[in-house]
Amino acid sequence: MDFLRPDTFAEALAVKAERPDAVPIAGGTDVMVELNFDHRRPSALLDLTRIAELREWTTVDGRLRVGSGVPYTRIIEQLGAQLPGLAMASRTVGSPQIRNRGTVGGNLGAASPAGDTHPVLLAGDAVIEVASTRGTRMIPAAEFYLGVKRNALEPDELIAAVHLNATPGPEQFAKVGTRNAMVIAVCSFAIALHPAEKRVGAAVGSAAPTPRRATAAEEFLAGELDWAAPEPLLDSVKRRFGELVAEAASPIDDVRGSAAYRKHALAVLARRTLGWAWQDHLGKEARECA
Amino acid sequence: MSLTPAELSSSVAGGIGASPQRPDGNLKVRGEFAYASDLWHEDMIWGSTLRSPHPYARIVSIDLTEALKVPGVHAVLTHQDVPGSNLYGLEHKDQPVLAVDVVRYQGEAVALVGADHPETATRAMKRIKVEYEVLEPVVDMETAADDTPLHPGGNLVRHVPIRRGDQSPTADVVVSGRYEVGMQDQAFLGPESGLAVPAEDGGVDLYIATQWLHVDQGQVASALGMPLDKVRLTLSGVGGAFGGREDLSMQVHACMLALHTRKPVKMVYNREESFYGHVHRHPAVLHYEHGATRDGKLVYVKARIFLDGGAYASSTGAVVANAATLGVGPYEVDNVTIDCYGLYTNNPPCGAMRGFGAVQAGFAYESQMDKLAEKLGLDPVDVRIANAMTEGSVMPTGQVVDSAAPVAQLLKLVKDKPLPPVSTTLDLRSMPGGVSNTTHGEGVVRGIGYAVGIKNVCFSEGYDDYSTARVRVQVIGGELVALAHTAACEVGQGLVTIMQQIVRTELGVQRVTILPMDTSIGNGGSTSASRQTYVTGGAVKAACAAVRDKLTKLAGGRELSEVDLADLVGDDVIDETVEWRHRATEPLDPETGQGNAHVQYGFAAHRAVVDVDVELGLVKVVELDCAQDVGNALNPQAVLGQIQGGSAQGLGLAVMEEIQTVGGKVRNPSFTDYLIPTVLDMPPMSIDVLELADPNAPYGVRGVGEPPTISSTPAVVAAIRAATGLALTRVPVRPEHITQT
Ligand SMILES: Cc1cc2nc3c(=O)[nH]c(=O)nc-3n(C[C@H](O)[C@H](O)[C@H](O)COP(=O)(O)OP(=O)(O)OC[C@H]3O[C@@H](n4cnc5c(N)ncnc54)[C@H](O)[C@@H]3O)c2cc1C
Repeated sequence: MDFLRPDTFAEALAVKAERPDAVPIAGGTDVMVELNFDHRRPSALLDLTRIAELREWTTVDGRLRVGSGVPYTRIIEQLGAQLPGLAMASRTVGSPQIRNRGTVGGNLGAASPAGDTHPVLLAGDAVIEVASTRGTRMIPAAEFYLGVKRNALEPDELIAAVHLNATPGPEQFAKVGTRNAMVIAVCSFAIALHPAEKRVGAAVGSAAPTPRRATAAEEFLAGELDWAAPEPLLDSVKRRFGELVAEAASPIDDVRGSAAYRKHALAVLARRTLGWAWQDHLGKEARECA
Repeated sequence: MSLTPAELSSSVAGGIGASPQRPDGNLKVRGEFAYASDLWHEDMIWGSTLRSPHPYARIVSIDLTEALKVPGVHAVLTHQDVPGSNLYGLEHKDQPVLAVDVVRYQGEAVALVGADHPETATRAMKRIKVEYEVLEPVVDMETAADDTPLHPGGNLVRHVPIRRGDQSPTADVVVSGRYEVGMQDQAFLGPESGLAVPAEDGGVDLYIATQWLHVDQGQVASALGMPLDKVRLTLSGVGGAFGGREDLSMQVHACMLALHTRKPVKMVYNREESFYGHVHRHPAVLHYEHGATRDGKLVYVKARIFLDGGAYASSTGAVVANAATLGVGPYEVDNVTIDCYGLYTNNPPCGAMRGFGAVQAGFAYESQMDKLAEKLGLDPVDVRIANAMTEGSVMPTGQVVDSAAPVAQLLKLVKDKPLPPVSTTLDLRSMPGGVSNTTHGEGVVRGIGYAVGIKNVCFSEGYDDYSTARVRVQVIGGELVALAHTAACEVGQGLVTIMQQIVRTELGVQRVTILPMDTSIGNGGSTSASRQTYVTGGAVKAACAAVRDKLTKLAGGRELSEVDLADLVGDDVIDETVEWRHRATEPLDPETGQGNAHVQYGFAAHRAVVDVDVELGLVKVVELDCAQDVGNALNPQAVLGQIQGGSAQGLGLAVMEEIQTVGGKVRNPSFTDYLIPTVLDMPPMSIDVLELADPNAPYGVRGVGEPPTISSTPAVVAAIRAATGLALTRVPVRPEHITQT
């Protein structure tokens, strides 16, 4: 097995074009597990950790561009205020060691239905910037996840960055696991309120073959919320929202939990996170009026 | 005259009662300690094991041709290459070293490969062609006895009946229940590993992580068809055991490969293989009926207990005896009818794990005590205290408990501790679900639960349970130093520290070297049954006494405290070896289960405080306080460590730890899905340690390691019941049980 170590992104893209079977490795927290279990025997590993560009974040046209190689720890520490949803999801990933190495790019590359950042990226209308020597593509998160551990990358492409709203509305992320830390999601949920556009983003994780948006729930809620004169939400609205989120899922019974539990838990998470997000929104409105 | 230890040790630090540093502590903390998986030898090759993918199948044929062709392969071996007896086992020789014509569990060893690289071995293994005829597995322990016989004598490994008092009793109040315990794993962090080196005399030297060198030695020698003195074992660095290393794993396999290839052979299981490579805790189904008076005094207990031993017997027989004899818990009950069965099935083999039968029974009888309290409208602690055994109480076996049994006191201690406040600020780390942000207080209900448990210490039922210790003193560089040698395994619990402490106290010698544990000295017995401080500690103490007698003779009438010991010893070497036994026990009567079967009893009580998110079914254990009697805390810090660890393992069984099987197949053989508690799951503990000396035991010690594992599980579950109002008759309790989805 070859271990290829490009210093720049351009070089990495050239290598990937030449050797599309080379497996990129960022934090390695998924790749090394797969190698260890002998699930995968690549002819080459393409190490991305020397590429400074991938480890930076910048503001581009009022949007935040977060390099695919920024580890979770830095997202939590440096971008927590700007990207609350992504930071919350990052905080739930693995253990401190895993968060020091693991990256959003790696989460996207693995495209596991249980990956924690996916619901946040979906709810927050993230756009994934992918690149090859042929050029750059901007793929909306909703079009990125194609199947269980399958994403929209072409064999010669690498993930460069994710683009997110630099001044997002209230966001929440919650995940259920049967341990209080270091646990793979039994199911997860993210909500993002977009007050400027009077829209809602909502997405489920670990409850279908891919992470997915709960479109009916989003539309229902957008119609119910009074953005201009916000008031506390009716319980019936939260419940209906929860039901619609649960309906968006098509979970399975597995060793981590039953399908019925996953649906039940998603409804609870949806209700609660909506309450917290709306509370945030009420708080913000109140501060702006004062 | 002889001197009391206290007089000699007055000037020596780090004796008994202190908590000196472990000799291996710094190395372990720095990651420099050599575990068995770090073993290395010039010229060594690697062994790997081909395992059955089926829980039950007939082996039609095995074809090694392609595997042998792989360059770098030195040997591919099957049962035909086992030089001696192909059958081994702790209690029954029923388990093949390598499968012959049938496999009885998923993961059973079928063939071995020795190759110059682990990768080569894996590749060759994949080319071994085994044709199986898959059979319908037996997986239900309750019906296994009448199902397809998996072994010549049928599927009942052992039945222990207990009959005491009135066998058709009646009572004012009756509560009954059916309880289930899932399959827990020891989850030790250092996987099975060892290095076998062929010796010039035709024998073999095996460096190995195990819990019992001599029982391994006997089994390995028998499988190799060699006399004992040709099979020499040395303990390597052991990364935890908890019962999972009492049975053989790769011991014989590595030796076979080494003898066959005449090369040193290393074997290391990876995590997944480790889950198939050792026995687990017996899953259990327990039917209980408790009869009591209206004021809560127990009149009778009836129980039918099933323990799933899996494919091979391992220590099932002894586990059955424990579950039966300890089946009513630490309570006085005049009328007892218990039938406890250990069964063969095609599930993974089960054997020893911390708590050993007492854990399964403990979950059931403590659940019953709560049920009884609820039915009578009494406080659960009061009902327990009303029935608590004391010194002088009679066990269901007829055995009189002849040392401290402070059951009521332990319960009072945990009950009287201040309760934790309900936190008013939001810190996700203190919430059910932790930082996963599932609740900011919504749905969270607090519950409190209590439990107390009983465990036998040392080996029971007439077993000749002893340990051998050798202690030597000599002068090196003008200083009198000591050396202690046993075959008793240090598996992380701190026996090496205890041995040093005892020698310091007994001989007043500061510098005590612990020799590597090996089979060049006599049997040290098993590192299990909470017994090593008691038995090997007793042996080291006795060996020190023998050394002291020699010194006294040398002193020719002078008092030892008045002579310079280094001068006295001069160029002499005083070297004494002693075999030490605890008092004898008796077998159980096979019809009535009566007999003085146990050496000593240990007790612990817990109070658990939990916050349950009743809508999501997630649990945060807020507090898990414990009170335990340890007789004499020879090393207070190590005692606390055992209580914390045992409690954590019990918490794990209560809310997350289970090897899930379907049709005999393991669904979660990895730490991704076999979850053990993290620091956010296990709360800091307040612990009360009682030291009520047992006059029969050296220094009055009482085994420490297992009792906290027994009471912690039912205390946590009782607290979850208190928060949810649910019956919760199965552990681990899953979110599905709490949310009823
Ligand atoms: C103990 C442990 C706990 C974990 N807990 C969690 C958890 O709680 N939640 C969770 O979501 N995940 C968890 N994971 C999985 C893993 O940590 C995450 O998926 C992480 O985001 C992977 O990032 P990485 O940089 O380590 O990826 P890597 O392992 O380096 O790569 C992952 C995949 O992405 C590809 N890849 C990486 N970078 C790029 C790129 N720039 N372009 C194209 N492809 C790329 C790789 O080829 C590979 O297929 C855990 C893993 C471990 C070992």
